[in-house]
Amino acid sequence: MLYRENGQFKTSYAADQQIFPILQDRWAIGLLLLAAFVAMPMLGSEYFFRAILIPFLILALAALGLNILVGYCGQISLGTGAFMAVGAYAAYNFMVRIDGMPLIGAMLLGGLSATVIGVLFGIPSLRIKGLYLAVATLAAQFFTDWAFLRIGWFTNNSTSGSVSVGNLSVFGIALDSPVSKYLFCLSVVCVFALMAKNLTRSAIGRQWMAIRDMDVAAAVIGIRPVYAKLTAFAVSSFIVGVAGVLWAFVHLGAWEPAAFSIDRSFQLLFMVIIGGLGSISGAFLGAAFMVLLPVVLDQMPHWLGIPISTATVSHLVHMIFGALIVFFLIVEPHGLAKLWSVGKQKMRLWPFPH
Amino acid sequence: MKLKPLALAATLVTLGAASFATPAMAQEQYIPLLSYRTGAYAPNGIPWANGKQDYVKYINANGGINGVKIAFDECETGYATDKGVECYERLKGKGAAVFDPQATGITFALTDKAPVDKVPLITLGYGLAASQDGGVFKWNFPLMGSYWTAADILIQHLGKKEGGLDKLKGKKIALVYHDSPFGKEPIPALQKRAQMHGFDLNLLPVTAPGVEQKATWLQVRRDRPDYVLLWGWGVMNSTALKEAVATGFPREKLFGVWWAGAEPDVKDVGANAKGYSALALNPNGTGYPLMQDILKKVHDAGQGSGPRDEVGSVLYTRGMLISMLSVEAIRTAQEKFGKGKVMTGEQVRWGFENLNIDDKRLAELGLKDVIRPIKTSCEDHMGSSWARIHQWDGGKWVMGADWYEADKSVLDPLIKEAADRYAAEKQIKRRDAADCQS
Repeated sequence: MLYRENGQFKTSYAADQQIFPILQDRWAIGLLLLAAFVAMPMLGSEYFFRAILIPFLILALAALGLNILVGYCGQISLGTGAFMAVGAYAAYNFMVRIDGMPLIGAMLLGGLSATVIGVLFGIPSLRIKGLYLAVATLAAQFFTDWAFLRIGWFTNNSTSGSVSVGNLSVFGIALDSPVSKYLFCLSVVCVFALMAKNLTRSAIGRQWMAIRDMDVAAAVIGIRPVYAKLTAFAVSSFIVGVAGVLWAFVHLGAWEPAAFSIDRSFQLLFMVIIGGLGSISGAFLGAAFMVLLPVVLDQMPHWLGIPISTATVSHLVHMIFGALIVFFLIVEPHGLAKLWSVGKQKMRLWPFPH
Repeated sequence: MKLKPLALAATLVTLGAASFATPAMAQEQYIPLLSYRTGAYAPNGIPWANGKQDYVKYINANGGINGVKIAFDECETGYATDKGVECYERLKGKGAAVFDPQATGITFALTDKAPVDKVPLITLGYGLAASQDGGVFKWNFPLMGSYWTAADILIQHLGKKEGGLDKLKGKKIALVYHDSPFGKEPIPALQKRAQMHGFDLNLLPVTAPGVEQKATWLQVRRDRPDYVLLWGWGVMNSTALKEAVATGFPREKLFGVWWAGAEPDVKDVGANAKGYSALALNPNGTGYPLMQDILKKVHDAGQGSGPRDEVGSVLYTRGMLISMLSVEAIRTAQEKFGKGKVMTGEQVRWGFENLNIDDKRLAELGLKDVIRPIKTSCEDHMGSSWARIHQWDGGKWVMGADWYEADKSVLDPLIKEAADRYAAEKQIKRRDAADCQS
């Protein structure tokens, strides 16, 4: 009744090709952004920013990057943690070694470094496919783990192998309060989400999807697999690298390679699969599921006043969380994003479904 | 209906957003307890967590700190830094008096946050070695020891075994360490000692969590070092001991840090680990008044956090000492800022900095001859670096007679240099005399 496009006529190509062709959607996204940029900073508590929203945004960004590779181009990667680590350590080195390096500059250079490594480890994708490629990208994970643990230069010869940054600022505004950090992450995520959405709607995005759906057929109609696959690796690892910089600099402050371990790679892959392969909103939904749910489950007994020992809670969280993943995958194998679009489809017909 | 799960998820999320941080009751001092009862490090994390909690319960059973009861929450970190940060953010808002991060990685991440939030960190026997320097690390308290003092004491002990530190010349000492900040911390102190006494230091990293050490011990077998120092935690320790048995490396020449010298580390290896020694910050057993009191007032009252036979084990005792020192810091703060009042993080920090637990106080606490006196100051946030060596006899840990103190003349320059480097990196000014008074 409320949500339908009757009467919204498109009179130009631009109107027909916009990201949100339905007026209600544009309103909704506008309100969401308004809430995120204006209402949230006024309402949220410090804990909410630091422990929930900031990790959620950063991991959503990383999932977005991974989704380009896995969801849009069909190349399974288990090296996401590695590319995040490359971004983080590269940015750290640019910050430490170059005086007066601005944060955004270091962030983009970190992303570019991740791009280089990502393309390098993407080269095997030209020959190997599917699970075999996953194993090849796993090599990136082990290699970076090793490099950042053992090569002292990368950590500026820190004796403990742990590095840290402080006194971050953007355009002269210090990133010291949770709100400023949140707004910075939010802005970066918005810019990259818009960029990613537009990329996937453009020629290059369609090439990726063609490769994903059937690479032989794509090659026959004139798409160069080398170009399509390597650009997907490049764009994906750039975004993932930037997410790594944010994770290290803004969220953790001090980190060691364990922050970007193989667990992180798996976590991001699960986010993408649960959120929905090949959709931008899927990255956000998946990240919300993976970040928020354990925290909520963890505190549930406390809110309900049920006295359970922390160990039991922790085991229960793992069990319930695992069960929910299985449940969602059975109910909707295409992820939460698909669930969302099914919901929208039903809304259009409501209250008179055929 | 496919909307149902969506609705469920939405409800959960809203619930999550709706209610946070129910504040602690008024007139209760709030102490958050970070712990890990799951994951690869749980066998060691559990007795530690139980010890911390039991002492808090014991203080409450005794009527609190000058009448102020202690409220506490436990938060599971699983030894993971990001989870630890989440716990910290969740619990600090409730007026946390002190945090014991219980992991070196988490300590590193919190060291930057604690000064902003004005909560002291107690890192008894772990954490950042340089944070002993209170002039730079205002909020860190590595009480009773750091990895540098541990390394220093181990080398002193080896020197004593050989009949003098000069006899170490030309000896080969290997460090088998957990490849993380925790395992890498002692390296500078060991290198300094190696330089001083002319022994060869061989660094053998073990990838965390340390269940796979075949390659490392193959190297040990090939190099035949005179001594092996074990810098492990959790499952890495028992694996290392099993590998030492398999390689035939004499256990008498294997020395662990104090985190590699507890019951869970040797239990699985049992009699085969006989002869293995490790540093001891604290003894084990229940044969002193405080432990007996805890058994009586906490466990006999059905309030015990863990099984009764765990009481008095090495890590349980260490956890208990951490809570004891936190409570003493709060008590010290109360003496300055008002008895029977709830202390803020800043006031507790003052308490930590002005701890003075002498022999008399130790006797009052029921800890006579268990630990040495601790006295902190603005410059020295450690208070005491005394430790002993204990040896596994196949069934229990037997305490050695000798007390060792880390050599200040060796470590102080290292600490100063590292602290200054940290201060320069973070653009922190060294605290002046006026700041020390506050």
